[in-house]
Amino acid sequence: MSIAISIVELACQQAGTAGAGRITRVEVEVGALAGVLADSLRFCYEAASRDTMAADSELVIIELPGDGECASCHGRRDMTEALALCPDCGGIMRPRGGRELRLRAIEVDD
Amino acid sequence: MGSGVAKTGQDHAGDHAADHAGDQAGEGGRRLAVEQEVLAKNIAQAEHNREHFARHRILALNLVSSPGAGKTTLLERTILELNGRLPLAVIEGDQQTLLDAQRIERTGVPVVQVNTGAGCHLDAEMIHRALHRLELSAGSRLLIENVGNLVCPAMFDLGEAAKVVIISPTEGEDKPLKYPAMFTAASICVINKIDLLPYLDFDLALCRQYLQQVNPDLQIFTLSAKSGEGLADWLEWLATAQPPGAAAV
Repeated sequence: MSIAISIVELACQQAGTAGAGRITRVEVEVGALAGVLADSLRFCYEAASRDTMAADSELVIIELPGDGECASCHGRRDMTEALALCPDCGGIMRPRGGRELRLRAIEVDD
Repeated sequence: MGSGVAKTGQDHAGDHAADHAGDQAGEGGRRLAVEQEVLAKNIAQAEHNREHFARHRILALNLVSSPGAGKTTLLERTILELNGRLPLAVIEGDQQTLLDAQRIERTGVPVVQVNTGAGCHLDAEMIHRALHRLELSAGSRLLIENVGNLVCPAMFDLGEAAKVVIISPTEGEDKPLKYPAMFTAASICVINKIDLLPYLDFDLALCRQYLQQVNPDLQIFTLSAKSGEGLADWLEWLATAQPPGAAAV
């Protein structure tokens, strides 16, 4: 919920600075290893945006892939789960990319 | 209007958004590129807290665990053993009640209670506000007891020097595997309530193995805040750990 609220606050701040009246769409990048579930975020966003400039806006979640490095053989691989084993040697994968949680853009009406 | 999920790459909506960056968004609307971290505010405040701690040579620790692992009891016992020898202060985080702060108050150590209401974790702004209510001398150990939760606190930096994750044998050996984000974010793990080991099927060696797998750099203390077994190593570490900003010897 805090994350949904942070998204709404950031979006409203940006919209306010741009002199906009209403936010119609919010685009958020969520990495596979960010620890954020798209469904939960969607659910919380609807509540968090109520009675704000972002009320009734469309939340677009752009899911980015994760990648990790094997702690044993140092091979780089895609990672979709926070806990994963290297397909080559069975070592533990350490997350490298995919922890993004960014507000990419908003669309506004004046 | 509902909200939608678009996957990047193959998905039309993702491509569409990229193509129209900076252009009209349709029907008289505008598209504004933002490109900012969602948690930018917390990240910035946490850095501010971190600088404050370094300037005043305060060692701040963020104690995290599932509810009931023994954070408050460990704090009480730690204070009992170290009070007077080392400046200590506590920030207590709970959704509701002053109960934990009251327990700490009885030890005589300065304490502030933060109630998060519906919130499930402390954040950097809450710590910042709590610091205004505490007078900390240089070299203080500031022990921050987070809301009982192994998920969200991993995402909210408070500006601490280290996260201390506390588990207990009743939770099962596989806790580290279930919550890898938290066990990776932590630098110290305390396995508490070892006085209960004779009554449980908990395999301590297996737990250590899982901890090692998830985060080989974890420093592990096994102890009982209740009986005092194993406490000495933890107290020694806490008493001798260098606060950030301290001159190297």
